[in-house]
Amino acid sequence: MAAPAAARTAPAKASLLSHPLAKPVLALAALLVLDIIFIPGFLSLEIKDGHLYGPLIDILNRAAPLMLAALGMTLVIATRGIDISVGAVVALSGTVAAMLIGGTMVINNGQPEYVANTPMPVALAAALGVAILCGAWNGVLVAGLKLQPIVATLILMVAGRGLAQLFTDGQIVTVYYEPYFFLGSGYLLGLPFSLWVVAAVLAVVGLLLKKTALGLFIQSVGINPVAARLAGIRTATLIFFVYVFCSTCAGVAGLMISSNIKSADANNAGMLLELDAILAVTLGGTSLAGGKFSLVGSMIGALIIQTLTWTIYSLGVPPEVNMVVKAIVVFIVCLSQSTGFQKLWKGRK
Amino acid sequence: MNVAAATLGAARPNIMSAPWFTSLVTVLLLAVLLAAGGAAYDGFLSGQVMLNLLIDNAHLLVIAVGMGYVILAGGIDLSVGSVLALTTMIAAWLLNAGWHPLVVIAIVLSFGALFGALQGALIHFFELQPFIVTLAGMFLARGLCYLISIESITIEDPLFVAASQSQIPFLGGFLSPSAAIAVVMLVVAVWASRRTAFGRAVYAIGGNEQSALMMGLAVGRTKISVYAFSGFCAALGGVLFAFYMLSGYGQHAQGTELDAIAAVVIGGTLLTGGYGYVAGALSGVLVLGTIQTLIAFDGTLSSWWTKIVIGGLLFLFCVVQRLLSVRSQHS
Repeated sequence: MAAPAAARTAPAKASLLSHPLAKPVLALAALLVLDIIFIPGFLSLEIKDGHLYGPLIDILNRAAPLMLAALGMTLVIATRGIDISVGAVVALSGTVAAMLIGGTMVINNGQPEYVANTPMPVALAAALGVAILCGAWNGVLVAGLKLQPIVATLILMVAGRGLAQLFTDGQIVTVYYEPYFFLGSGYLLGLPFSLWVVAAVLAVVGLLLKKTALGLFIQSVGINPVAARLAGIRTATLIFFVYVFCSTCAGVAGLMISSNIKSADANNAGMLLELDAILAVTLGGTSLAGGKFSLVGSMIGALIIQTLTWTIYSLGVPPEVNMVVKAIVVFIVCLSQSTGFQKLWKGRK
Repeated sequence: MNVAAATLGAARPNIMSAPWFTSLVTVLLLAVLLAAGGAAYDGFLSGQVMLNLLIDNAHLLVIAVGMGYVILAGGIDLSVGSVLALTTMIAAWLLNAGWHPLVVIAIVLSFGALFGALQGALIHFFELQPFIVTLAGMFLARGLCYLISIESITIEDPLFVAASQSQIPFLGGFLSPSAAIAVVMLVVAVWASRRTAFGRAVYAIGGNEQSALMMGLAVGRTKISVYAFSGFCAALGGVLFAFYMLSGYGQHAQGTELDAIAAVVIGGTLLTGGYGYVAGALSGVLVLGTIQTLIAFDGTLSSWWTKIVIGGLLFLFCVVQRLLSVRSQHS
């Protein structure tokens, strides 16, 4: 990692720059500065119907599902794991919710009105239940059978989307029931509701990790699983619940996405989301080798990705370039984290 | 997981944990699938249907061979599907610009090898995780496809059209040139993995990189060569795919990297490295192809059943491998 190495050579100097979050924050700031210069009205905020509107709010709202997925992924990666089934879980939970809610038109007092096929709380619970089951499946394979995380979650990644397509017969399921749209595009106290959800999950997990020994446990499992087990940590249980948490986050993200686009597409929903989430976690300074993680870093990473995407679209650059830019950013970030590269760099100076 | 691999390697040899045993399970499974198909559908076991398995999956077989090497060396290559798409794109583009087809093939093959070698160099010299490097490589290659064109480009070159349409008589049926190339590639790769110093170094690195280094093996060179080989295979897969589809398109072969990984795992190779056979790629690809053919013959099952069955098979194989390794640990 960059930060500790820098701190060792220059203890007093540049303590701010050596903070683990310094690089991601700087990267995000640089992107925002670019946007302020090149995109007119980037900072503009207006209030319509008591809701805040503007590019910044738009970016935050669109980043919400990715932020959630990245939150779950951070903990998985912190235990030296990886979960590549996130996109499939998004497709599954979105599909289940959309199919159960659907929306049938009835004439109420002469007014056409859509009612849900299944009461919304039941549908939401079912969708989250499916996500939790997915997490439990991953957790059993990784913690119980001790499969390599990438293989264990590959199974669900392949089969999960197939299941979602099976449920929907490969069709896009449209939702007509109004209240469901609140999750993805509703506003609470002037801000998008999805942001409140992310903030709540972040606050709860952050508090749990800081105020209890949970954070320490996860970190020790990531640094050395065998030593952690010998020290009396119930590693298997811990790893199991980390995967359940990751899938649950993905499930909520799936609800947000399907609510936002008012439909669920089993074929494409959440496609490559796992990769974006892993990218967000890496950008935030979490090491893929496990043991060292930052929730806030991952949130900033997710924001960087979403801002980047948004910027590329708004600058009129063809969206195809997006993937190339993303790839270059990953290479730069990975290289900057690599000790070999740092040695090379220092040797040259 | 390295712990598991190490104990696995150290365990006393036991029939059920021998690499050939898991490969045998796959071959048996393939036989069962074929027998079930033969019993359920007329003409399923005809020679041409079997040969079509090879023809339709020639590109996957070549990619799975490269992936087999990478996984045996303890790595992973997520970029192969998009490198395949990129090579179809570059080939179509250069052909339309009037380049000679053989020159085009030589260019895309060297491009694939170079792309792989660069990823391998990043992984080796900067100690980056193969997963993340090849993930970025995947984004990069797909992105480059769309920079060339977001539309599909048709290939009308006579050589490519000839390669796509010619039929080589074989065992009473016919093979496409692509299938023949894929089989030759497989034979060469299997030979190299068992009979050359390079092949032994790949196994040694996958078994334990530290020990391989201490034994004086050229770890860096081998690792970079393995990724270069995988990139080469991906590009060759792209050429075969271009023969098959006669077009270059950025969305070609989405998710092929996962099919290749699945084929390698089903073929009996452990993802922890150092354990399995390159030849397993063939049985893995044939199992995946047979599932698809079964579903096509059935006609009432939708294509997503393929994914569900492949997921189920992956689960079965991983669990069996895992249980066998636990058993050999205790014995």
